[in-house]
Amino acid sequence: MENYLFLIPLFPLLGFLLNGLLGCRLEKPFISYIGCASVGAAFITAVLAVYDLIGRPAGDRQLVQVLWSWMAVGDFQLDVSLMIDQLSAVMILVVTGISFLIHIYSTGYMHEDESYWRYFAYLNMFVFFMTMLVLGANYVVMFVGWEGVGLASYLLIGFWYQGTENADAGKKAFIVNRIGDFGFVLGMFLLFTTFGTLSYLELFPEVAGLHHQGSLSMNSPVMIAICLLLFLGATGKSAQIPLYVWLPDAMAGPTPVSALIHAATMVTAGVYMVARSNILYTLAPTALLIVSLVAAATALMAATIGILQNDIKKVLAYSTVSQLGYMFIGVGVTAYTAGIFHLMTHAFFKACLFLCSGSVIHAMGGDQDMRNMGGLCRKMPITYATMLIATIAIAGIPPFAGFFSKDEILWKAFNFPYYPAAGKIIWFIGTLGAAITAFYMFRLIFMTFHGNFRGTEEQAHHLHESPISMTCPLIILAILSIFGGWLGIPHLIGQHFGHVSNVMEHFFEPVFADSQAIVAAETGILHHAPGLEWTLMAGSVLVALAGIFMAWTLYIRYPEYLLEKLARAYSLHYRLVYNKYYVDEMYYLLIVLPVYHLSMLLWKIVDAIVIDGLGVNGSGWIIRKGSCAAAKIHNGYLQTYGSFFVLGVVAILGFLIFYQ
Amino acid sequence: MDFPLLSILIFFPVLGGLLLLPISKEKAGVIRGVALLISGIEMLIALPLWFNFDKTTHLMQFVERKSWIPAWNVEYYLGVDGISVLFVLLSTLVTVLCVLVSWTAIETKVKEFFVSLLVLEGAMIGVFCALDFFLFYILWEAMLIPMFLIIGVWGGPNRVYAAVKFFLYTLVGSLLMLVGIITLYFKGGHTFDILALASQSYPLKMQMVLFWAFFAAFAVKVPMWPVHTWLPDAHTEAPAAGSVVLAAILIKMGAYGFLRFSMPICPDAAKAMMVPMIVLSLIGIVYGAVICLAQTDLKRLIAYSSVSHMGYVTLGIFAMNTQSMEGGILQMINHGIVTGALFLSIGIIYERTHTRVIADYGGMASHMPIMAALFLLFTMAAVGLPGTNGFIGEFMILLGGFVARSWAGVVAATGVIIGAGYMLWLYQRVFFNPVNEKVVGLPDLNNRELATLLPMVALILWVGLYPNAMLSYMHVSVAHLLEQVTGNPVGTGDAVGSLAALVGQAGEVISAGGLH
Repeated sequence: MENYLFLIPLFPLLGFLLNGLLGCRLEKPFISYIGCASVGAAFITAVLAVYDLIGRPAGDRQLVQVLWSWMAVGDFQLDVSLMIDQLSAVMILVVTGISFLIHIYSTGYMHEDESYWRYFAYLNMFVFFMTMLVLGANYVVMFVGWEGVGLASYLLIGFWYQGTENADAGKKAFIVNRIGDFGFVLGMFLLFTTFGTLSYLELFPEVAGLHHQGSLSMNSPVMIAICLLLFLGATGKSAQIPLYVWLPDAMAGPTPVSALIHAATMVTAGVYMVARSNILYTLAPTALLIVSLVAAATALMAATIGILQNDIKKVLAYSTVSQLGYMFIGVGVTAYTAGIFHLMTHAFFKACLFLCSGSVIHAMGGDQDMRNMGGLCRKMPITYATMLIATIAIAGIPPFAGFFSKDEILWKAFNFPYYPAAGKIIWFIGTLGAAITAFYMFRLIFMTFHGNFRGTEEQAHHLHESPISMTCPLIILAILSIFGGWLGIPHLIGQHFGHVSNVMEHFFEPVFADSQAIVAAETGILHHAPGLEWTLMAGSVLVALAGIFMAWTLYIRYPEYLLEKLARAYSLHYRLVYNKYYVDEMYYLLIVLPVYHLSMLLWKIVDAIVIDGLGVNGSGWIIRKGSCAAAKIHNGYLQTYGSFFVLGVVAILGFLIFYQ
Repeated sequence: MDFPLLSILIFFPVLGGLLLLPISKEKAGVIRGVALLISGIEMLIALPLWFNFDKTTHLMQFVERKSWIPAWNVEYYLGVDGISVLFVLLSTLVTVLCVLVSWTAIETKVKEFFVSLLVLEGAMIGVFCALDFFLFYILWEAMLIPMFLIIGVWGGPNRVYAAVKFFLYTLVGSLLMLVGIITLYFKGGHTFDILALASQSYPLKMQMVLFWAFFAAFAVKVPMWPVHTWLPDAHTEAPAAGSVVLAAILIKMGAYGFLRFSMPICPDAAKAMMVPMIVLSLIGIVYGAVICLAQTDLKRLIAYSSVSHMGYVTLGIFAMNTQSMEGGILQMINHGIVTGALFLSIGIIYERTHTRVIADYGGMASHMPIMAALFLLFTMAAVGLPGTNGFIGEFMILLGGFVARSWAGVVAATGVIIGAGYMLWLYQRVFFNPVNEKVVGLPDLNNRELATLLPMVALILWVGLYPNAMLSYMHVSVAHLLEQVTGNPVGTGDAVGSLAALVGQAGEVISAGGLH
């Protein structure tokens, strides 16, 4: 029954090969048919697999398929194998489902592009690697997908490669991710040298077993090191401090790509990896503390940058960085379910937001500057409605999807079992970030859709609602942005609505059971006061409303007037935030330039002057000079030979006399 | 085996080369055709090595043994094992591709060029098969001559400097090896039989002397830092085929020398020198990678990247465990495939533009899309993207290096980051960015060029997805080699053994971070 898992990655792979090898000779409709059908087939197979999975008893929900022995060297034995369990089930549905919608959207969005076939080939390649990442049954197969999606991302960011900026952005994404992968690889090595395996089904039970026997203690240095190294990988792929810098630049790619890769799926891979490794992290509280603090800092910093961006996609990009921070707060405070839950709802509403922005950009003739927009709600009602729904969802207003997931994360952060005090701080930062999120998202809505149109005559003339191939995915994603959160309704609310259970938590229970048991054993089971939970919940809704009100005040009620006053009053802060805290410039000065100068130094000085000049050519010079000197002795004059003869005799005699 | 397969492999291309001599030099087409035919037949002759090789023994196979100079006990002694067999096969493939890539690129002295190439092929195969030190040394030096000619006659503007530098550099190293060989002959019972010499044990002091004498020859060949500076010059000036042979086969002989001579003959010295060798390898990895960033010449950049990649190979060899060593040998093959493919591609591009300056390119993806796609695959293999062969080799070397000395794994892994940096920047400057007027209107690959590159594509993916196809040839021989060096029955098990130590260590530092 489980031998069909390979079909899920195989379909997009075939799509990639067909479009990649033959695409340039095919008609556009045929290309889009191949592209969409292959991902659709993968989605259907995934649904069947998950259906199969759910049909099994809760303790036995694992489908594994070993494809072939990959590397078998000494005690290092590694298979190419796929696995689907509760965790990968949710991921694979999100990945293939949203991919399918975005493929359909792309048929409309990319219709004019001459490299249509190349686009769909890359997109299918991305889906192939992403499914490998999710379905891999060991860390190395995950790493195949992990780097593979990086390649797809590189190619799609630089899709319009004749622009140097686009090509630069793609390169930057790949290299920054490589820094993260450096950590990932070392983490794997440390895992292997410590536990002797990299396969999930062997490793995690072994770790839990060792802990159970008492031979693997809490917070052992090796576990902390493993977790932090893996997390370095996650900061690269999932754009966290200090490696987030590539994601905003990645917006150079086509907008559906930003929606699929740089918002909904690929960038969440780090969260998935941490959740997958939950048992390791649970045993390393110090690592969790670092993860959640970095995540909180990222969430807040990126949100503040989002306030002042004028490029509609840049706002969404920083928002993504910020929301990924929330997901890491979730997994960082051992609320693995909450982290994955937010990953899912975020995939819905952020994909929707990006696709809506694409629809807007499409209508604006490629212009992404919100200062040139305004009043679009009348021309693009569907786009407006769907984007508004997604914005409410991300702002955290009940009963939209984002509310449930974000609120669960904040609540769990407030009750961080390992470090209660730090948990309160993280909760505070998270709540503050939520207010800012509501502010900048509604700023985006108001600047884009409300007020008067500020663009050119030509643009105004061109404004139109997008074709059905684009609006249809928007509507589906908007519906998911409303109802998607209902899969994780907290008990507190659920009990008032006929005991609706938290489906997500229940579903994930077996995956995180070992971790939860360890947390409970270490810290004791916490009893929360329901009153407190209500209070915090109301608080987070209130701050979100406050953020919306602020945005309304600044951008609708008193447009421009207050804003300019504020900008003048805080000009230093304004410039600092507007320029994204100068982080890119700092990295350039501190890392890129020194390495380049080192390279020049090694080449021009060490290689050319020291090794070649002194060493190689120097020894050549000595031999040449030496031979010239020797040649002078061989001058053909008998006197010279004679005097050397005499000198030699004297030397030998002297030697014999003095040493005997 | 009665059929003298290895002798035929060595002498067929040499005789074939002589066969070219009577052909009139006006008939360049005939010369090319015959050269292709000879190298193609040679590749077919080599196939039994792949199919009939017995993977269950470390003993030499396809052995031929005849007395040659009885007075000195010199023998004509050939054989292959799991370490050398793949290089013989790779040599035959690479030569075919070199003939193809030189088809129109070599315009002058066509006949002489192909004769040199074929003679070189015979000598290279001989080096991998020789089991007699005397024979080995002769072939090792014989190889220099055709290579010297290929660089010096058909090379770029600065070819004479490069050729002389290449020749003298390697000759100085080889002479020290010769001293080592003669010492061994007198101390090891008046024999040149490599296997017999390896089966004896020598005092540590003598092993040290021998180790460094061999090191002089092999380190130059690899090339290891700091004796690498001949390589960028040689690569840059050599014609495409020369660079390909150099990268794919010739520099592998240094690493092969460590495996075949240094380690079995001087095991204690090799163990004692493990850390210095690892350090030199690490310097090579990082130094070679960093220096690539400043390069402005296509071929020089790839040449320096070879220094970095060969650093991985020597790291794998001297980390001395199963993963690292098999990874090292696999990486030798991988580097041959990938860097060979990169030099083939650059040769194909150079033939159109006649410039190696990176700044003269840009936006080529629009004009040569097939070339761009293939070059991207080669680039990805060079940076070790999973799914390509480069990943398997790097991963196993880094893993083995990490097991041997964790700091070695950490330092070596930084090379992977820098590697992505220089390769992607190169790719961007050549194939992306605004179109440079110099590349406008260039034709994409023709069928011959496609045929030159597609075998490499197939190998990259094959080894990347199913490395066991190659690794299975090495298992027994590498295990035997490790047994010779380390004295342990099979050089594994050291990986998992560290668990107990780590856990014990962990217990002491328990909850240092403080739970609550």
